[in-house]
Amino acid sequence: MSATTMTVTPQDAAKYEEKEFGFWLYLMSDAILFALLFATYLVMVGNAAGGPTGKELFSLERAAGETALLLLSSTTFGVAAVALSQGDRPKVLLWLAITFLLGAGFIFLEIGEFRGMIDQGAGPDRSGFLSSFFTLVGTHGLHVSVGLSWIAVMFGQVVFKGLTPPVASRLMRLGLFWHFLDIIWVVIFSVVYLPGLL
Amino acid sequence: MDIFGRLTIDSLPFYSAIAASGAGITVLGALIVMAVITYLGAWRVVLFDWVSSIDHKKIGIMYIMVALVMLMRGFIDAAMMRSQQAIAYNNEGYLPPGHFDQVFSSHGTIMIFFMAMPFLSGLINLIMPQQIGSRDVAFPFMNAISLWLTTAGAGLVLISLVIGKFSTAGWTGYPPYSGSEFTPGVGVDYWLWAVLISGVGSTMTGINFLVTIIKCRAPGMTMLRLPLFTWTVFVTAILMVFAFPSLTVAGGMLVLDRTLDMHFFTNGMGGNMMNYINLFWLWGHPEVYILILPAFGVFSEVVAVFSQKRLFGYISLVLATMAIGFLSFTVWLHHFFTMGSSAKVNSFFGTMTTIIAVPTGVKVFDWLFTMYRGRIIFKPPMLFTLGFLVTFTIGGLSGVLLALPPVDYLMHNTTFLIAHFHNVIIPGVLFGYIAGYMFWFPKAFGFKLNEKWGTWSFWCWIIGFYLAFMPLYLLGFLGMPRRMEHYEIAAWQPHLIVAAIGAFIIFLGIVCIAVQLIVSIRDRKTALDLTGDPWNGRSLEWATSSPAAPYNFAVLPQVQSVDAWWDMKARGVAYQRPQQYEDITLPKNTFVAAVIGGAGFVFGFAMIWYVWWLAILCLAVIFVSIVIRASDDDSDYVMTAVEVKAIEDERFAQLAKAPKNEMADDPGFAGEPVPEAST
Repeated sequence: MSATTMTVTPQDAAKYEEKEFGFWLYLMSDAILFALLFATYLVMVGNAAGGPTGKELFSLERAAGETALLLLSSTTFGVAAVALSQGDRPKVLLWLAITFLLGAGFIFLEIGEFRGMIDQGAGPDRSGFLSSFFTLVGTHGLHVSVGLSWIAVMFGQVVFKGLTPPVASRLMRLGLFWHFLDIIWVVIFSVVYLPGLL
Repeated sequence: MDIFGRLTIDSLPFYSAIAASGAGITVLGALIVMAVITYLGAWRVVLFDWVSSIDHKKIGIMYIMVALVMLMRGFIDAAMMRSQQAIAYNNEGYLPPGHFDQVFSSHGTIMIFFMAMPFLSGLINLIMPQQIGSRDVAFPFMNAISLWLTTAGAGLVLISLVIGKFSTAGWTGYPPYSGSEFTPGVGVDYWLWAVLISGVGSTMTGINFLVTIIKCRAPGMTMLRLPLFTWTVFVTAILMVFAFPSLTVAGGMLVLDRTLDMHFFTNGMGGNMMNYINLFWLWGHPEVYILILPAFGVFSEVVAVFSQKRLFGYISLVLATMAIGFLSFTVWLHHFFTMGSSAKVNSFFGTMTTIIAVPTGVKVFDWLFTMYRGRIIFKPPMLFTLGFLVTFTIGGLSGVLLALPPVDYLMHNTTFLIAHFHNVIIPGVLFGYIAGYMFWFPKAFGFKLNEKWGTWSFWCWIIGFYLAFMPLYLLGFLGMPRRMEHYEIAAWQPHLIVAAIGAFIIFLGIVCIAVQLIVSIRDRKTALDLTGDPWNGRSLEWATSSPAAPYNFAVLPQVQSVDAWWDMKARGVAYQRPQQYEDITLPKNTFVAAVIGGAGFVFGFAMIWYVWWLAILCLAVIFVSIVIRASDDDSDYVMTAVEVKAIEDERFAQLAKAPKNEMADDPGFAGEPVPEAST
């Protein structure tokens, strides 16, 4: 637990540690969920059923743009965490806002990608390959959207409650979540987009 | 005009007398419960003491109530199948095929997801925190969400009787049959959403138990001093956290196939239905051990207490439990040897399946050696344990037989398989939970259950079990496939009639359990558990009062040994008053968890009937509820030392009136606790 503006009793510190440990377990469970989605994608990547394949659909520019936004947002969240450890409330708010905008930009690009594919008749109902693609990438996108809502809620809590120990504990868990999604995206980029285009 | 989605007036079950009466009984049951609560003027108690409670003991009791209701429902399904098959030789019987298919689908779904799972979560909630000397689980609020999500799933299964139909695809829901092309109605959707919503609850339950065991143990309660029940919960919780995502993925993909026309498991368009079966059993086999390991834990506690002897081979039981947990992830393919994998793949999974019988065998010997030279007292929980030991071993052996792929090719999908898994699940899981229910009932309510009716229940269960399932082994050899609505082979009928008689005797066993409960409530004054330790117990849950105070332990116990409570009694430090009491922080009651569960129920209903606006509304309610709760930094209250002292004074006044040892009058009593050499 990092230093915050208020002192934490040992009982409370133990409570926050329990929560963080529980959150790690949730992330491990979620990691298995993604592992199974990856496995399904790899099983189904060849099942295009005469429809378009990744080579025709994916755009390296867009995937690179998405990657850049998400990786950058992870860095900016890191800066917010440093500001948190210094107890610097305005800085925490600033970097949370920047993280939110970068994440929202990622979702904007992803929705554009999905819409473009659906408009050219390559929606998730076209083939087994596309079902698994949309589900894998969409599940990640859904997680990022939940993360965005969470950032918004925490922004409100920092404004109204300040950097109290419970708020700080929630921000630490949000950080775990956000970096976790970054790692998943790196795997999506390497397993879905790169082999699809090369 | 699709504000109600697929929901029309034709969804009500007036098309068949049997379906309509099922719906009538369900609605009537709900009305009777509400009428009784109103008659007793108990709505305030129900809502403010129970529904809003996040005390682990009350949550545990509510889980077990759900489980017992669903046991009735699941058993009615079983009775309908047995009676149909007993008469349906060369005629159609009384159940039309579509209805028969719903019955076997809901029987399996209910018994696994809504009887066994809530029963196990209930027993664990009630006992595990007390066994490790903790005041609650790590996340009491999340615990309540898990309860209400499980209840929401059970509610969806129940309401499918009244509005629409249930799945006809079996409890495993294999595609492509369960896809929208072949089964378009709402039945499979009922099954899917009931399972998915309760599955989310189970994942959270697993996380909760795991953090509780790792982080909330009393001082001195090292991992190798944990009671064996808690050890089995530990491994079960790990399996929950790591196996349930697989069910979520398989079920979620089937939802996407059915709702958004995707092609994960369809026949054409690049679907791969075998992927479903892999994903399903990648959850499904660990699930078997999720169910049975806590029951093994119950047997371990019961056999030591009623043999009045330390559990034999504690370390070997811990290691065997861990080994089973690990191996349970390596055997899933034995559920579909006939898929046609190569001989090498099938022999790997056949071998692993045979190996998993080894740690299980170790456990059986440990329990036998615990009884060896013990002074056994034949209370009902012990009878169920003995019945388990004999019967489960037979079921395990037929499992080793099925583990051989060539044998499985012959027996696959016959009633031999049905006999096998009921032969492990009924004695292994259900007997364990019933033993736990009778063993820990005094801890929950402060009085003991009637032993005579408990004993009769046991004899009905075990005799009924053998009559109901041994014929199914023979029928399997005679080539009878599972799930037959009617048949033309005369040789099968006598066996099916015997099986139906067996089911009737099991029914008497369930009646005995109900009578036992009623009689025990009536006579509770004569069977009070004044000490909190009715069986001369060994682990810490017997150190608290019965029922336990909201904080369980006024002062956290100092643990020095395995069988901590026995050790404290032997050293003469049990029931000691502390010098002074301290303030205790406890969670406040809240309705937020029940609101989330209710919204989960309506969300599932809306998704089943394609009422999209309602589904979105429910998600919004859940989101807002979580944000409100997550912004509430004042969710605890402090019980002051004075209040604690008042409760404890009452407890010690009661202890002064109580016999020193509640088992001392029993003819089999072997004497007061003395220090024991470790094994």
